[in-house]
Amino acid sequence: MLTHPIPKGAAGPMGWWYVFGSASLTLLIIQILTGIGLALVYVPTADKAYESLLYLDYEQPLGWFLRALHYYAGSGMVVMVLVHMTQVFLQGAYKYPRELTWVVGVFLLLFTLGMFFSGQILRWDPDAYWGLAVAASMAGRVPVLGPLVVHLMLGGPVIGSDSLSRFFTLHVFVIPGLLLAFLAVHLWLVLKRGISAPPSPGRVVDPKTYDEEYEQELREGVPFLGDAALKDVFFSALVVVIVVALAAVLGPKGPTGPADPALGGANPRPEWPFLWLFALLSLSPASAETFLILVFPVILIAALLLVPFISNRGERAPSRRPVVVLLVILIYTALGVLTYQGIAAPWSPQMTAWSSEPIPTDLISRSSPLQLQGAAVFQYKNCRNCHALAGKGGLRGPDLANVGTRLTRDQLIDQVSNGTPGGGNMPAYGKQLNPSQMAALAEFLVNLRPPDQPPARPASERP
Amino acid sequence: MEPSHVQTLSLAAPTGRRTLFRWLTAGLGIFAAAIVGIPFVGYIVGERRRPVQWVPLGSVRDFPPDETRLVTFDNPIRQPWDGLAAHIGVFVRNQGDDTDKKDRFLVLSANCAHLGCPVSWFPQSELFMCPCHGGVYYANGDRASGPPPRGLFRIVWRVRGGKLEIQAPHYPTLQDTREASA
Repeated sequence: MLTHPIPKGAAGPMGWWYVFGSASLTLLIIQILTGIGLALVYVPTADKAYESLLYLDYEQPLGWFLRALHYYAGSGMVVMVLVHMTQVFLQGAYKYPRELTWVVGVFLLLFTLGMFFSGQILRWDPDAYWGLAVAASMAGRVPVLGPLVVHLMLGGPVIGSDSLSRFFTLHVFVIPGLLLAFLAVHLWLVLKRGISAPPSPGRVVDPKTYDEEYEQELREGVPFLGDAALKDVFFSALVVVIVVALAAVLGPKGPTGPADPALGGANPRPEWPFLWLFALLSLSPASAETFLILVFPVILIAALLLVPFISNRGERAPSRRPVVVLLVILIYTALGVLTYQGIAAPWSPQMTAWSSEPIPTDLISRSSPLQLQGAAVFQYKNCRNCHALAGKGGLRGPDLANVGTRLTRDQLIDQVSNGTPGGGNMPAYGKQLNPSQMAALAEFLVNLRPPDQPPARPASERP
Repeated sequence: MEPSHVQTLSLAAPTGRRTLFRWLTAGLGIFAAAIVGIPFVGYIVGERRRPVQWVPLGSVRDFPPDETRLVTFDNPIRQPWDGLAAHIGVFVRNQGDDTDKKDRFLVLSANCAHLGCPVSWFPQSELFMCPCHGGVYYANGDRASGPPPRGLFRIVWRVRGGKLEIQAPHYPTLQDTREASA
């Protein structure tokens, strides 16, 4: 098996493109080993999971290292699977006769992501608990079957040990079983169909003649165990050194604290492979949400599965497939921007800003007593949770440091009293403020502007 | 199409009997799969039926009128090994003695109606705010702004012997809510 012939090019310098699949496999082996190790100590019940993680971190010899390595090797596996997939996509290696290999590979990506999500739940910290709450709320939107899906996910009517056990079972039995089974098919297909030769412009794939050409190519081929395998081993070893270094330097991730449902203010973040989806969901209008939660992922997965059936012939070289190159650039740019937004999460209010972020003194250094009163109202009525002043405070609403240049007193009073028209993002404060508070607040806000800029004027007064 | 050597192997059994055996095998196979599959699926999707359980939250006098309080308690819908995860909170508001007895209390789930994050009560502005996507609710639980598609979920309550009791709450989702007061 190791000495089977592969195209000559795959063992040459172009062979460096072929190392990502075997690196994913190497990391999977690390995941299996560290996973077995962690399962020896970890207790998958809601009352003991957190304690057993602390025990792993601080008392079990090298427990911290295994936890850290399991996290960073898992992250590395997601990266390697994505890079592997991107390489196959860019170089058209999914084309005839390797369509099924790609389809099985898409499932391997989904299982890898499934491992990441279920693994995060096992950490059983507030992110895990509230992540489950968010997942259950999303599942609850499934038409008709919603309650059943929620029950299936949580294992009961509440979030607790039964939910943790479901995700433990998924993480340790169900998904690894599926993953290994699909991986066996994937590798069998790689052997059966052979490794694709590096693409070269002008050499097109035609299902009618490909098999013959490939056989011809193999006759001049070289054994896998040689320069090609050497590259795989080198790169895998490099990746292992990197993830071990990351684990040793950065240490285990979390748990951030015990999952206490009675503690308010928890703002769960998904793990990094899901931040882009989290951001997309958060940045979209509420009306698109159910679609984005239930339909959009299905469309994405279907699109990935359909890739080899949209085109399984023709040019393979990226230089002759500008649409594919453009798609890759577009997809990674979108993922990158959304992930960045997901880290910053400007849509989340800052729940303590009203009492922890003082009003910048230069905004009130020349204020009248009424304006100062308004500033106090502004803080006390929690406006700051959503509205920053000069960058400090919540970013959900606009920064109000210059609001006096944009809105007149009447417009401000209208906005504060009625909120965003049609029940948008700002609540109506009409009943939350008495007339004198409103007057003071308006006086404060209308004077929030740089001294050299004129106040806003109603449109009717504009020249 | 059957290869001929299979027929010689079958010791010239009458076609009728072989057909019967095939049907029997298929039937037995389906039956065997069903007696394993049905209980297994039943186990996975099965819901344990429990009687409605009432949780005492304290004396009625502990809740001053027109004040919203977070009350934490151990949810009796739990496993003995649930630990801290069963210790949840609800918001209780005494809406005043003078109103119709039916609406005297308002018990709201702490889970945002949008995606279930824990909302916080701000007595200064009399608003509930959600830390995740900025859903905001008024004191009566109605949606004020942000992405939630509805107001906060209500929890069924009753007063027994001067004590406020609530029905042990399950995790509320959009299709699966209790809207009543006892």
